[in-house]
Amino acid sequence: MSAALDIALCALILGVGLATVVGRGVFRAVIFFITYGLLLAIGWARLGAIDVALAEAAISAGLTGALLLAAQGRLRTMKTEAEPPARARLPAALAGLSVACVLGWAWFALPVDQAPDLSQVLPESGVGNPVTAVLLNFRAWDTLLESVVLLTALVGVWMLAQDADWDAALGPRFHARPNGVLANFGRILPPIGLIFGVYLVWAGADDTGGAFQGGTVLAAVILLAMMAGALQPPSVAHPVWRVGLVLGPLVFVLAGIAGALLSDGFLTLPLTIAKPAILTIEAALSLSIAATLALLVIGPPDDQGQDA
Amino acid sequence: MADLATYALTAIGLVFFVAGTAGLIRFPDTFSRLHALTKADNLGLGFIVMGIGFQTERWSQLAVLLLIWALALLAAGTVAQLVARAALTTGKDE
Repeated sequence: MSAALDIALCALILGVGLATVVGRGVFRAVIFFITYGLLLAIGWARLGAIDVALAEAAISAGLTGALLLAAQGRLRTMKTEAEPPARARLPAALAGLSVACVLGWAWFALPVDQAPDLSQVLPESGVGNPVTAVLLNFRAWDTLLESVVLLTALVGVWMLAQDADWDAALGPRFHARPNGVLANFGRILPPIGLIFGVYLVWAGADDTGGAFQGGTVLAAVILLAMMAGALQPPSVAHPVWRVGLVLGPLVFVLAGIAGALLSDGFLTLPLTIAKPAILTIEAALSLSIAATLALLVIGPPDDQGQDA
Repeated sequence: MADLATYALTAIGLVFFVAGTAGLIRFPDTFSRLHALTKADNLGLGFIVMGIGFQTERWSQLAVLLLIWALALLAAGTVAQLVARAALTTGKDE
């Protein structure tokens, strides 16, 4: 019975993935991509990787989906030719196919190092969730770079702004009728989302959850509040938002330097303070991830809607 | 007994989902499609939540299930309103 379910799930994932790539029209591809992310999340959950499933659903299907939808909406309002010319299709397909082939080859060709048994070293990490132990202790270097990549992506998006718009508020202007459906939705859901996001970060130390999943939920709360008109998108120079954006990577780097000075090396956490240190880094990181992801979706400063 | 209730209720829920999906595919315009989706699927989800509710071991699990249903209702209702308004103002039936 469960084998039948898994086979059906695999077929669905492959089918929807194919539909994302070969279907015509940007909007259709984006919708299929979101569906693909949700199905993949169910797949991860079936494999028992609940942390990955949460991240897949929140970041890949939810947030990346929203990013792609926003990009598609922008293309439509700019009346840009969204459909690539027919002669670009074959080279694009070939390029995609070769990347897939190289990745597939690497999967088989690269030697598999014998990974240390995580259950043996887990007590040395200070936290009970093996995923959090890897992300913030054993492989903290990767996570630090990831948080910097997010920040760089946001700066890259801001670079797309026109000079005249630079001081304007970020993103398009959202219209929500006061006391309309969206305005009410934007008042009811954020408190629940706040609790859930903070819970995911807090629970991530010993249970399923973590900074990225919780941060994405918080980003969704910020986005909803902005779209419902409860929160105004800031300008690039807004000091509080700037502090929020760099807080996570900053705390992370400071913790790393403290490890280099007081302990064995950069980003090493001695067991006695590992748990409080990890929780502090995670809390700061979640704030920054939430702010960065939300502002990524909101987009570059844009003066266009100011008159409306 | 609890298993029997789960089978029956989730089966009813699935019937509503099938009906909602049939409506989404078969109905002619945006508004009637929304009607099929939100009405039938929300009811179907309610039945499935009730069915799974018979399998829970603690009250807290039941509360979480009910919260999921309530949030899905809220989101579906809001999104349906927003899609309908967007369809109304752009005047496109697609």
